[in-house]
Amino acid sequence: MITVNEKFCKGCNLCTEFCPLNVYEKSKKLNKKGIHVPVPINQEKCTKCGLCTLICPDQAIKVDENNED
Amino acid sequence: MDRKMENPLMKYLRRDRLPTIFCAGCGNGIVMNTFFKGMEMAEIDFENLMLVSGIGCSSRIPGYISCDSLHTTHGRPIAFATGVKLANPEHDVVVFSGDGDAAAIGGNHLIHGARRNINITVICVNNSIYGMTGGQISPTSPRGSYGSTAPYGALERPFSLSDLVTAAGATYVARWTTAHPIQLSNAIKKGLQNKGFSFVEVVSQCPTYFGRKNKMRTPIEMMQWMKESSILKIKADKLEESELEGKIVVGEFQDKVEPEFTDNLCKLVEAKCVTGKPTSIRSAYMGG
Ligand code: SF4
Ligand code: SF4
Ligand code: SF4
Repeated sequence: MITVNEKFCKGCNLCTEFCPLNVYEKSKKLNKKGIHVPVPINQEKCTKCGLCTLICPDQAIKVDENNED
Repeated sequence: MDRKMENPLMKYLRRDRLPTIFCAGCGNGIVMNTFFKGMEMAEIDFENLMLVSGIGCSSRIPGYISCDSLHTTHGRPIAFATGVKLANPEHDVVVFSGDGDAAAIGGNHLIHGARRNINITVICVNNSIYGMTGGQISPTSPRGSYGSTAPYGALERPFSLSDLVTAAGATYVARWTTAHPIQLSNAIKKGLQNKGFSFVEVVSQCPTYFGRKNKMRTPIEMMQWMKESSILKIKADKLEESELEGKIVVGEFQDKVEPEFTDNLCKLVEAKCVTGKPTSIRSAYMGG
C-alpha cells in the first residue's frame, strides 16, 4: 500500500513525474494548503522499487514492503 | 498520522522541526534521503555520526537530522570538521556544504582538506547558485546562465569541483545529480567507507532561483534537464572539451588508497610521546 502524508507533502509532484510506472497522478483539486497532492491511482502497477521514496524531498511517501493488500 | 504509515527515514529526523524550510521540490531533501540510504549501506552507526555544515540552504540539512551536528560559519565547515576528527578520530565526520560555501568562501579549506587526505566525507550540494541570499551567481554557475548578479548571463568559466578536488589529492571523488538517486546513494556509501578525504558532488536543483531565472520553472523541469544533460565520465573522457559544453559529467573521478592524516598524526604522537603512552587525542573522551 502507498501512503502520501499530507502533513509533509509540498506538492512538487516529482513522484508523479519520476515513478517509472506512472503510479501517481497529480490531484485535480488543491488541498487546504493550496497544493496538488499526488494520488497513487495505479497502485497495482507498483513494483516497490522505492524510487519515489528516495526522490520525495519531504519524506512524505511510504511504500509498504509486504503485499498484505 | 499513524507512525507506521510514515516513510522509514523519518526515524532519522527531528520531527519537531518538520516540514523543512526548503522550497517545494528543492534537491536538498533528495540529498538527505540518499545520505541515509548510503549511511545504511555503509553500516555507519547513526550514533557515531557527526555532521558539520556552513551557511546556505544545504547547510541547514544537519539541523533536521537527529544526531550530533555543528552549524558553523560561512565556508568553514571543513576546518571545523578537521578539528572534530582530530579530537576524536573514531567519529564518522560528514560535511554538508553547498557550492557557495565549499567553493567560494571556503575554497581554500576544500583543497587543503583534500591535500591532507583527512578521513572526512564532504557532500557538496551544487545547485550552481546562491539560493538563500537571492540567486547570485556562484563559482559553479554554468557559463551563460542567469542569476540576479548576471542579468546578461554568467561570463566566467565555472569550476568543475570534482576535477578540482581530485587534483588537490582527495582519495574518493564522485559526481551525480539528484536525478540519479541510486547511483548517488552508492557514491555516498563508498565515500563514507573510504579511509581518507571523500568528496561527493551532487548537482542539485534550486527551482526557486536557478530554475526561475533559467527557464526551468518547476523542479520537474530541472530534474529532467539534469537527467538529459548528464553524460558518464567514461564516455566524456573520450570527448573534446568543446563537445562537453552544457553537459554534466557524472561518475567516479577518483578512488584510490593513500595514507590518511589522523592515522599519520596518531602514529607520530605514539612515536614521539615522552611518557611512552599516547595520551593526547582520545583522552578527553575515553579517560585514557
Ligand atoms: S515527491 Fe513528495 S513532496 Fe513531492 S508531491 Fe510527491 S509526495 Fe509530495
Ligand atoms: S515504488 Fe517504484 S513503482 Fe512503486 S510507486 Fe514508487 S516509484 Fe513507482
Ligand atoms: S532557495 Fe533554492 S536551494 Fe534554497 S531551499 Fe529554495 S529551492 Fe532549495
